[in-house]
Amino acid sequence: MACSDGAKSMSESLLVIDGISRHFGGVTALAEVSFSVAAGEVHALIGPNGAGKTTLIHQISGAQRPDAGRIVFCGEDVTALPMHTRVQRGMARSWQITNVFNRLTLLDNVVLAVKGRQRDWGSGFRFWQPVDDEQALIDEARCWLAEVGLGERERSLAGSLAHGEQRQLEVVLALATKPKLLLLDEPMAGTGPEESERMVALIGKLARHVTILLVEHDMDAVFRLADRLSVLVGGRLVCTGLPDEVRAHPEVRRAYLGEDA
Amino acid sequence: MMAGALYRQSTRRRAAALGVFVLLALLPPVLQAFGQEFYISFAARVLIFALAATSLNFIVGFGGMVAFGHAAFFGAGAYTAAVLMEMGFASAFVAWPAAVTVSALLALGIGFVSLRTRGVYFIMITLAFAQMLYYLAISMKTWGGDDGLSLATRSAFGPLDLKHDPTFYWVALASLGLCLYLLDRITHARFGRVLQAIRENESRMEGLGFPVLGYKLLCFVIGAAIAGLAGALIANHGQLASPNLLQWTQSGTLLVMVIVGGVGTLYGGAVGAVVLLLAEEVLAHYTTHWHAALGLILLLVVFRAPKGIAAWVHGLFGRGEKHE
Amino acid sequence: MTQLFLEQALNGLQFGLMLFLLAAGLTLVFGIMDMINLAHGSLYMVGAYLAAAAAAASGSFVIGVLAAVAGTMAVGALLELAVLRRLYVRDHLSQVLATFALILVANEAVRMIWGDQPVMLNAPEALAGPVDIAGFSYPAFRLLIIAVGVLVALTLYVAVTMTRVGMWVRAGASNREMTEALGINVKRLFTIVFSVGAGLCALAGAMLGPLLAVQVGMGESILILAFVVIVIGGIGSIRGALVGSLLVGVGDTLGRALLPWLLRSFLPGEVAAHLGPALAAILIYVLMAAILFWKPAGLFPARG
Repeated sequence: MACSDGAKSMSESLLVIDGISRHFGGVTALAEVSFSVAAGEVHALIGPNGAGKTTLIHQISGAQRPDAGRIVFCGEDVTALPMHTRVQRGMARSWQITNVFNRLTLLDNVVLAVKGRQRDWGSGFRFWQPVDDEQALIDEARCWLAEVGLGERERSLAGSLAHGEQRQLEVVLALATKPKLLLLDEPMAGTGPEESERMVALIGKLARHVTILLVEHDMDAVFRLADRLSVLVGGRLVCTGLPDEVRAHPEVRRAYLGEDA
Repeated sequence: MMAGALYRQSTRRRAAALGVFVLLALLPPVLQAFGQEFYISFAARVLIFALAATSLNFIVGFGGMVAFGHAAFFGAGAYTAAVLMEMGFASAFVAWPAAVTVSALLALGIGFVSLRTRGVYFIMITLAFAQMLYYLAISMKTWGGDDGLSLATRSAFGPLDLKHDPTFYWVALASLGLCLYLLDRITHARFGRVLQAIRENESRMEGLGFPVLGYKLLCFVIGAAIAGLAGALIANHGQLASPNLLQWTQSGTLLVMVIVGGVGTLYGGAVGAVVLLLAEEVLAHYTTHWHAALGLILLLVVFRAPKGIAAWVHGLFGRGEKHE
Repeated sequence: MTQLFLEQALNGLQFGLMLFLLAAGLTLVFGIMDMINLAHGSLYMVGAYLAAAAAAASGSFVIGVLAAVAGTMAVGALLELAVLRRLYVRDHLSQVLATFALILVANEAVRMIWGDQPVMLNAPEALAGPVDIAGFSYPAFRLLIIAVGVLVALTLYVAVTMTRVGMWVRAGASNREMTEALGINVKRLFTIVFSVGAGLCALAGAMLGPLLAVQVGMGESILILAFVVIVIGGIGSIRGALVGSLLVGVGDTLGRALLPWLLRSFLPGEVAAHLGPALAAILIYVLMAAILFWKPAGLFPARG
């Protein structure tokens, strides 16, 4: 049974971010950010620390509401929709700080992700049948764990995993919902070179099947993976486009390399 | 298949519980044989609180919601039974389902507003709403005000005569047994699994596409509904729907039972109720200031047995158990 | 009519300010340490009892108040160091259980020392009578309460917004980890905050003692109102506590006084007589629910 889903869609904007602004008290975290993510591409979101990247991911995924602006996903305005509805529509995210079910086994973790995919309200609202006879879910969960080489550890508690393995689980959980758009928030945060390499390979493989919006600091990984980039500095979008264009952009160079770049 | 923090009942534990159930059923004739018939009524009261505490444990332990207003649903059930009796509906088959329904609807309303908050806010809001009902009850003179509303007689339960203490005891026991069975099924079914996963990591569940609020609300309502039944039973037991049932100290007592018995275990509420009520009974014999002794014991539990007593017992039965 | 309204408004102001004394300490406990403390009302009770005892022994109300505040501050500090400190790291359920247990112990301790019957605490002789203001008479003692309340509120405001310690407190309420990371000894700060909060409770208890009954369990009913205040005002915010207290104090008092009268003007007597008191009793909670619906984190939440 294949774990990953089918073909890339046509190259039109899967996600449109239009004039998103967000304030926290007196601080402007995001100021009229607008860009779009084309279907089938890997789009990287980069910027210095504190630029607002994770805040933007929160707005897109639905964890927070913007003060102004719209988010259009698959042609539909999803700005007012709660997170779980967006997930049902095909948007999944991973968290910058690992956010898995620490006290559950890896298998349980992924089974939950697979379970969440069943797109009818009644799927979780079953009260009578004991749940252990859901072999199909378990098989699929095993498949996903094998994808990232965690198959052996299926009985371990998620909280007992090494950091790099946890980051992989973090991504797998988002993946197992079979999204159209995957929002990856610094998947390589805190991982060593070997684990980073594995993650890059994984993302590269995923890129064939799913549109990815990738937030990352690891520039090497970013330039290897990204089809296009958007750069956020101090809550503003400074530029968006092909890697070479972005690399040459004066403001980007200033932000990363200082005044005399 | 599911080890870790998802609750799993073993056949051994279920068998033990069934054994206890049978023993409890034999209690009235045993007490009668020893001439201690008075205690049958006390035992029935313990069972009713066991039911109320179990319903709270479903919300707190399985749903992960620290609700401090459970007295609202307990008391609402009692008042519903009393008001219906006053209006001439003496049949248990009308009054008790009505109590369940009223409590459930109340929970729907309170839950809908309260579940938009969490943590300390949620605790305080649920507390405040329950207190609101208390003040409402004592200000309504038609419902007895401060003194509460008495029931002319215990409900009519078909051929069974609830005025006969042992019969009432058995009906209470059956209610507890039935609800425990239902909750056993629910917690092991998909709903219960999803609910516990929400307890483990709510934001992630939201991020996996689950309508978290809906699940929590439903859990809240189910717990309240069972508390409503317990309320109808307690009103019948003392033939009184007292506003004290709605007081926040009542919510606190139920919560204490849950914590002492073991949060998130199926029998934790019942165990806690038995321990607490028995402790009260025993301590009261030794000193009028038994509240202080109880307080000190509770402090001991908090600092020395943080997982409660049922968890300790669980450990006894669960040791060496392989997954099935 | 205006007289009744004015009188009740002043009563509401007075009650609200006393509520503020409780709520201020409590909101900081919740805000800085994320700890739910049910025993806060017990500090209020201890304050009232100490005031009654000291006043009876010395014959002076002022000495009673001072003794109450000092004594309760000491009790508060002791409590914090001995018991509450171990609860910060625990989950809310454990905190509920432990502080609930403290209430039981406190109530029994008071009962053991002073018995079950309410204890007398009299207002000072000089203020026992009414005073003429704006053409109507109002009890002098209640005016004193208002004055004390306003004074304390101002002092707190100045302390919290204009001193360095106050800044640390606000920082701690907004983000404790960050404040610790910046080198502030939050634990010691908190013991002081808690102790001051206990003192404020005692002041409220001593001031309200002559008006309400000084008896076992008096803390619990006012505690719930303090919770409502904090929920409305926002956890960790002194400003929220003040606004919330005034809303609750004035709203509750005016509501109880005016609502039945109001209802009687356009509902049949029977219905109004029953509905009036009932609605007045739950008015505050309805207000709380309404505010929460619109702002789940309260009016001025300290944490973003």
